[in-house]
Amino acid sequence: MQQSVQPSEGPELVQLLTPEGERVSHPDYSLDLTEDEYRGLYRDLVMVRRIDTEATALQRQGELGLWASLLGQEAAQVGAGRALTDGDFAFPTYREHGVAFCKGVDPVTLLGLFRGVNQGGWNPYDHGFQLYTIVIGSQTLHATGYAMGLQRDGSDGAVMAFFGDGASSQGDVNESFVWSSVFQAPVVFFCQNNQWAISEPLERQSRIPLYQRARGFGFPGVRVDGNDVLAVLAVSRAALARAREGSGPTLIEAFTYRMGPHTTSDDPTRYRVAADLETWKLKDPVERMKAYLSRGGMADGDFFATVDAEADQLAAHIRAGCLALEAPEPLTMFDHVYAGGSSLIDTEREQLATYLDSFADAGSHGGH
Amino acid sequence: MAETLTLGKALNEGLRKALENDSKVLIMGEDVGRLGGVFRVTDGLQKDFGEDRVIDTPLAESGIIGTAVGLAIRGFRPVCEIQFDGFVFPAFDQIVSQVAKMHYRSAGNVKLPITIRIPFGGGIGAVEHHSESPESYFCHTPGLKVVSCSNPVDAYWMIQEAIASDDPIVFFEPKRRYWDKAEVDTSGSPRSLWSANVVRPGKDVTLISYGPQVKTCLEAANAAESEGHDLEVIDLRALSPIDWETVFASVRKTQHAIVVAEAPVYASLASEIAARISEECFYSLESPVMRVCGFSTPYPTSRIEEDYLPDLDRILDAVDRSRAF
Repeated sequence: MQQSVQPSEGPELVQLLTPEGERVSHPDYSLDLTEDEYRGLYRDLVMVRRIDTEATALQRQGELGLWASLLGQEAAQVGAGRALTDGDFAFPTYREHGVAFCKGVDPVTLLGLFRGVNQGGWNPYDHGFQLYTIVIGSQTLHATGYAMGLQRDGSDGAVMAFFGDGASSQGDVNESFVWSSVFQAPVVFFCQNNQWAISEPLERQSRIPLYQRARGFGFPGVRVDGNDVLAVLAVSRAALARAREGSGPTLIEAFTYRMGPHTTSDDPTRYRVAADLETWKLKDPVERMKAYLSRGGMADGDFFATVDAEADQLAAHIRAGCLALEAPEPLTMFDHVYAGGSSLIDTEREQLATYLDSFADAGSHGGH
Repeated sequence: MAETLTLGKALNEGLRKALENDSKVLIMGEDVGRLGGVFRVTDGLQKDFGEDRVIDTPLAESGIIGTAVGLAIRGFRPVCEIQFDGFVFPAFDQIVSQVAKMHYRSAGNVKLPITIRIPFGGGIGAVEHHSESPESYFCHTPGLKVVSCSNPVDAYWMIQEAIASDDPIVFFEPKRRYWDKAEVDTSGSPRSLWSANVVRPGKDVTLISYGPQVKTCLEAANAAESEGHDLEVIDLRALSPIDWETVFASVRKTQHAIVVAEAPVYASLASEIAARISEECFYSLESPVMRVCGFSTPYPTSRIEEDYLPDLDRILDAVDRSRAF
């Protein structure tokens, strides 16, 4: 008999905070934070949503060619991102803006790729956050290899590999499961199951819940409420601790929902019903945490206003920073093709430079 | 210190040197450890350097290259073995989309000093997928460097230079020449990896080749001598980028050029070489640049592979046509 790929609300789904913002306990996972830390998580959620909202607006205004929205996945990303420590390395897809924020990447630098001025504006080593990977699933092997490197260095760091429900069908993802398992590599596979791979529903990727795939590869899988930042943080910390102590990989399936389109080029009204969105709005990750803080007397109107004001400042910073991202000079296309240079590249750079200079002589430039 | 080594053993000695000289060098692939590789190129290395440095991997080529990317990001220098030419394609995406582009995409922040060893070419009577020449795909991919050794001396040095390079290098090994022997002076110093080698000077026609066909070209040149043709043979060694100055200087001298390679001729590296010579040596040429290559068929069944592969007679036929043009 086929199992439903959708989670029940039973113990299978790890949850520490209900959609109404009520704390609940779980037999295997707990989280005991200070009030400052709870408020900090709320602030993260608001900031991350604001990054997304502002970038979407910039795309609509023609300042970005494309944007991949994370709307609805803030808790999954903040919970995972805040579980990572300084020595850890994250391997993202192209939608991990929230993890990037947690790892200290300036949101403006995330925009370069989408504005067409670079292919990833940050140095991965500065933040323990690799460049975005657009080919689906490739980065899970990179994460596994990096984790094998940590083993060889005797490091106590760990790695988190991000991917989605669609990627779970990719060969590379399955190969990374094999590799990490047989080598017991310190990697946590963090699958944000947002239920849609562009237009294809989860049922087209799997006949069993995704977290159960781990068992066949020989390591544990756990399904967590991806809209519950507390549960995601607790589950991620436990998996990272397990990786660090040499017990190998864990697959975390963060069950969530892509509230927006796949990217700004997509039109989800062609393939899913509006009622689903309404259902998931009731599980909103930001509102849930806000309700928890209010119920527990941990925050008042002043606090929420302060966070909103800070988000406004962040949005202004993103907007100004985006508009300041200039197109690179044409000849920079030849930069960094090789670490050790290449006679072929040198020749072609010279050819283009000469060609462009021929226009300069005529009083114009570059054929524009 | 000179010793007589087969090409395979010379690679083995070169790999051993690389492992000794840099603790970040790793060897990974299918059967490279306990077995020593199906061609024994990594024989004895796991025993001496341990399972953490000479890694028998699961049987999945994309995984070999993909995890090598992660290891390289962490600061290692993986040397990946793809067991046979025709098995590289499951790893093609990782090589073309990830390995080749990482340094570029990261504006130089992330280096991937990965060496991808691939035994290539035919002539050993193998079953399908074991005799192919896929080098043109990789030469066509910006961000990769591609080299091929043709003899034991180059095998010993080139593998070490490739591993020491900060760029990803696809290293093609002429599998039917693995058992060829030569004196290798391991105390000498290497010729630059990026320079072509005029392995036989001559004045009438330039044969341009690499990998397994260099030996065939030398045999053809010896045979041609008795017929009154003095052939120059160039071993390219580096396939991307190519040492064009050596090629062009030779063609300007001989005024005739023939490119010899096993890969299917259509849209191949040989085609690129012919085009460049036509562009750069147009006024020196006495005849069109010719290509003696594999046919544009899948690699045929082994009982007729000798009719597919460039051989002495096909090369001499081209020499006659070139000089008679």
